[in-house]
Amino acid sequence: MSADARTRLGDRRIRRRRAIDRLMRGLLWLAAAVAAIPLVLVLAFVLIQGLPAFNLALITQDPVPAGFPGGGVAPAVVGTLIMVGLGTLIGTPVAVLTGIYIREYAGGRGATGIRFLIDVLAGIPTIAVGLFAYGLVVVPMGTFSGLAGAVALAVIIIPTVARVTDEMLGLVSGSVREAAYALGIPPWKTIVRVTMPAAATGIVTGILLGVARIAGETAPLIFTALGNQRVTASLAEPMDALPLRIWVYASGPYDAWHQQAWAASLVLVLLVLTFSILTRFVLRRRAARLA
Amino acid sequence: MSVMTGETTAPGTDIEPTDRPPARGIAVADRGELAVEHAAVGVEIDHLSAYYGQHLVLRDITLTVQPNSVTAIIGPSGCGKSTLIRCLNRMHEVTPGARIQGQIHLDGDPIYVPGVDPVVVRQRIGMVFQRPNPFPTMSIFDNVVAGLKLAGIKDRALLQEVAERSLRRAALWDEVKDKLHAAGGALSGGQQQRLCIARAIAVEPEVVLMDEPASALDPMSTLKIEELIDALRTSYTIVIVTHNMQQAARVSDRTAFLTVGDDGAGYLVEDGPTRQIFTNPQRRLTEDYISGRFG
Ligand SMILES: Nc1ncnc2c1ncn2[C@@H]1O[C@H](COP(=O)(O)OP(=O)(O)OP(=O)(O)O)[C@@H](O)[C@H]1O
Ligand SMILES: [Mg+2]
Repeated sequence: MSADARTRLGDRRIRRRRAIDRLMRGLLWLAAAVAAIPLVLVLAFVLIQGLPAFNLALITQDPVPAGFPGGGVAPAVVGTLIMVGLGTLIGTPVAVLTGIYIREYAGGRGATGIRFLIDVLAGIPTIAVGLFAYGLVVVPMGTFSGLAGAVALAVIIIPTVARVTDEMLGLVSGSVREAAYALGIPPWKTIVRVTMPAAATGIVTGILLGVARIAGETAPLIFTALGNQRVTASLAEPMDALPLRIWVYASGPYDAWHQQAWAASLVLVLLVLTFSILTRFVLRRRAARLA
Repeated sequence: MSVMTGETTAPGTDIEPTDRPPARGIAVADRGELAVEHAAVGVEIDHLSAYYGQHLVLRDITLTVQPNSVTAIIGPSGCGKSTLIRCLNRMHEVTPGARIQGQIHLDGDPIYVPGVDPVVVRQRIGMVFQRPNPFPTMSIFDNVVAGLKLAGIKDRALLQEVAERSLRRAALWDEVKDKLHAAGGALSGGQQQRLCIARAIAVEPEVVLMDEPASALDPMSTLKIEELIDALRTSYTIVIVTHNMQQAARVSDRTAFLTVGDDGAGYLVEDGPTRQIFTNPQRRLTEDYISGRFG
């Protein structure tokens, strides 16, 4: 074979490979764009529709009777903060410990069993979780309450966070665990001081996803928190929540309600965004201290 | 994990977990570089067989590791060298389904008996792995003193001193002294391995196991590691796995040669003074292996 022929052969192959490369890149870019478009559209839509009614009164005032102008969704903002906060506080520790148990202690068959149960729990419609919290909290207490709402949200956040913890711990290389054991570090201390810190970023991301998810849940709050026209911090009374309020206003007949529903949606989006940006910022700062 | 213990000796000889503090030798650390005093201890491997599940990988190994000496373990890939040294500090049982038969004595005390805490065994027998495995979330400094810190030692000055001494002994100090608080994972592979060596010796174990510690290192770092091993032999008992015949010949006092039997299980062919194994082996298999005709 002459040097000439080899060059020509090489050229053809390279051109072909480049073409395929460009095609694949194009496809991947398209897929990413298709996934991003709805997100951008939703955000833009909420922003455009929500801005007209988005003002200080919205988050500081109680709702006014239907048909009157003004008023706000303060009870819903406060209620969402309380119930999502409490639900996360109850659900996250349980979930993280469950994830640790599955990955570090349960062993092959046990782990498979618990993972299956958790996936089942994740698949239960959230309205059914609401009914469960109704039976567990509302019936004994004799009243709808913020506590019942928080319990329902806790049950919903558990499977997400437990599975993420499990998966993130699984990503920590076994050799790191072995290094700790070989130093004579007991297994529980290895988990707390070596394995968990290595998985922390992933687990926190999972918790953020969970928080964002329960912050937007409506169905589980219908039979539990019920809704409230006044700001309350009492867990023993019915409590309002942004998704509940949005649902009520959006399905009502008044234009003012519709506008406030959009604005309340904007508040909800902003709350979740702020929270996740803050958490990431704190994490990044911690990682930066090392580098 | 199940640990099958073979014929065990008197329960009175159990190692008490409270016998010794984890950070032995720290109190005498200020006597200078390598002057930490050790009553070095020997290890006797007694009819040890090791399994992964039903799979026998080591058959009936009986071998004595002399105190204050370097013992090299050589043999073809897959013959069970790593498995053997993982049995010595009870790391073998960390693998799910892994178990052993037989017994190992550390300084005369059996380690495979109920009541012996593997954590204590591992504090006395340190280990350097085949692949470097620094703690990813810790700084270089924290990596070195991890064993002490996690054992509850908080004295900054002491930690500082141990870190510097260990890094110097691992021939890494000059390269990292200006970035002790950078991430341990940000070092080169060879530097990471020396970091792992520093971490292992920082807790002053009595026995140090090294699984091909230099396989990821350049000739200069390898030389440094060999010098370190040479310096440590006066106060420690060292077991080193190596594929490098010259290295075994250079650093070790005694050599054990393992190979794989027809049934796929590794076994001990012969052991003895390194000089004898390399110049006048008693077995044909050994001769073939060290002269490169096998494996
Ligand atoms: N976790 C494991 N599960 C099952 N079998 C294993 C496991 N680790 C090792 N083995 C098997 O045990 C045998 C011995 O492995 P080992 O790692 O001890 O060999 P080695 O002598 O250290 O080899 P090398 O020189 O390549 O490091 C091999 O046949 C290997 O396939
Ligand atoms: Mg090996």
